[in-house]
Amino acid sequence: MKIRLEKSLAQNKTSQILVPVIAVFMALLFCGVFLAVTGRDPFEVYQAMFAGALGSEYGISETLVKMIPLALCGLGIAVAFRMQIWNIGAEGQFYMGACGATWVPLTFPNLPFVVMIPFMIFMAALGGGLWGLLAGWFKTKWQVSETITTLMMNYIAILWVSYLVYGSWRDPKGLNFPLTAPFPDAALIPTFGALRVHYGIFAVLLLAVIFWLFFKGSKWGYETLVIGSNPVAARYAGMDIRKNVLLVMFISGAISGFAGMVEVSGIVGRLQPGISPGYGYTAISVAWLARLHPIAIVIVAFLFAIIHVGGFMIQTMGIPSAAATMLQGAILFFVVGSEILTQYEIKFSNKEEAQDE
Amino acid sequence: MSETLIISILAASITAGTPILFAALGELIAERSGIMNLGVDGMMLVGAVTGFMITVNTGNPWFGVGMALAAGGLLALIHAYLTVTLRANQVVSGLALTLFGSGLSDYLGKAYVGMRAEHTFGKLPIPGLSDIPIIGPVVFKQDILVYISYVLVAATAFYLYKTRAGLFLRALGENPAAVDSVGINVFRLRYFYVMIGGALAGLGGAYLSLAYAPSWLENMTAGRGWIAVALVIFAIWDPWRALAGSYLFGGVDALGFHLQVIGLPISIFILNMLPYIFTILVLILVLIRKGGRLASPQALGVPYDREER
Repeated sequence: MKIRLEKSLAQNKTSQILVPVIAVFMALLFCGVFLAVTGRDPFEVYQAMFAGALGSEYGISETLVKMIPLALCGLGIAVAFRMQIWNIGAEGQFYMGACGATWVPLTFPNLPFVVMIPFMIFMAALGGGLWGLLAGWFKTKWQVSETITTLMMNYIAILWVSYLVYGSWRDPKGLNFPLTAPFPDAALIPTFGALRVHYGIFAVLLLAVIFWLFFKGSKWGYETLVIGSNPVAARYAGMDIRKNVLLVMFISGAISGFAGMVEVSGIVGRLQPGISPGYGYTAISVAWLARLHPIAIVIVAFLFAIIHVGGFMIQTMGIPSAAATMLQGAILFFVVGSEILTQYEIKFSNKEEAQDE
Repeated sequence: MSETLIISILAASITAGTPILFAALGELIAERSGIMNLGVDGMMLVGAVTGFMITVNTGNPWFGVGMALAAGGLLALIHAYLTVTLRANQVVSGLALTLFGSGLSDYLGKAYVGMRAEHTFGKLPIPGLSDIPIIGPVVFKQDILVYISYVLVAATAFYLYKTRAGLFLRALGENPAAVDSVGINVFRLRYFYVMIGGALAGLGGAYLSLAYAPSWLENMTAGRGWIAVALVIFAIWDPWRALAGSYLFGGVDALGFHLQVIGLPISIFILNMLPYIFTILVLILVLIRKGGRLASPQALGVPYDREER
């Protein structure tokens, strides 16, 4: 009797769900050991994280608040990653989107709500989209690796926002703080009662469903998948790779840009430096862990938001919130490492010729 | 500009370029073996915090450097296991390493923010050589780690092009099956070179926290690891070009700083963008010159599978 791993063409549905779940538990275990080694009680820490994120109305609201940008950026990243376009610039596109959105109320403070919000969304999508498109253009024009350009452009975008809020966009009445003037009410996304969680959550659900339908059922969704997995075949089939790279980078950036608008309009109410604590980077893990599936992205974003909010809560225990970032990195490790298991099937056989070599 | 100012900018270019140089050399070696590791920034951060913590606690920066090398190598071991043994996606595994490394370094270093190490690497002019006009104060009035980096570049170039082991290293990235066919263990060698790469990234980080700006700050690399990754492409996988490139980047960095000191009426935020803008421009220029085709190692990024020989 011989047990061997065999490559399977059709991916096994159960293992696709089971393997990431096991990977998350392995990561919890791994970081638990690390916490124990550095003198903490892992059970106490995890319990505090969980209770902090889900144990109260406030906690749940905060978790949803973090889920919104993570899910949006995750969706944006998934669009690109499906085509094996490694856009890791969601962070910068988020900032550029926030920047585009902020321009609207600063320039036209008296617009009514029904004009203001769509205009802000449009400008945010344009800001983030063009920022992504630029990297896409470098790639199609000169084959410059998008991994590096999008990453470099993250730093540029963050500095650009600082430049604006320390400079011409600074609120003259703001006591010299690097902040823009607060947005007028018409530029704010309404919240649920007194909680911070806002209507942007509907946009997340709507976009997730739209992308799910697009990825699953549309010709374009299929094209981008083929281009990613087999560019040669795609070219033979007459698909326009160049056009698709540009389109995908624009859409990917636009979604992350929209996330930036949702954050400034739904949460912050103005533009200021540091509006994202690395959502764009965390969203990479989110998208990958969700296997780029739009609905799964929302679920995983919720999970990562729990870790994020929980990480914030454990600071009162004297544990740096960085423990949460570490956990997120470890989860990604285990997910990447376990990928091979979903591509293989365990085969039992008695036949000798099943062995090569 | 006066001569002293030019000399001081040039000397500062080398200092600012050295952490990138260490990291780029490491990535170059790993990529030559066929494994791309985008976790450079994470490994640098962990190297920086480890080096700083050990130095603060032992008072000996050499221990700090040693442990930074080890820490970088250990993190790279995770990447090697994932990408060589489990044949995982190298891009995503590297991203995970960056994320994990930045979290880990932040977690470990929280208590050390704002602290000062008593013994770090100061300038150590080489007697005689540092008196040569212009070249002396630029090249030979540096700290000891910079001198080590000079030797390391020469040694890497020699190893790569003039030794039998270097020949196998190059072959690993071009045609691992050929290396396998002469009875050499491809997997073991790739592990080795990926770990060397990680160790050098750790050293680059330690250079930041022990010589360049002796202190620890969360995310103190400010993306230098990524610049190092870009630099390897710019250098077309050649150590000497990596050296030139690093100093060029160091120069942009130093120039921004000096312009600020002179009091040029340009926003500090715009000046701080220069290295990143420069990275993109340089990559574009190299690719235009090479017509979009780079002589990258043929098997770079492709997991080696014995069954698919």
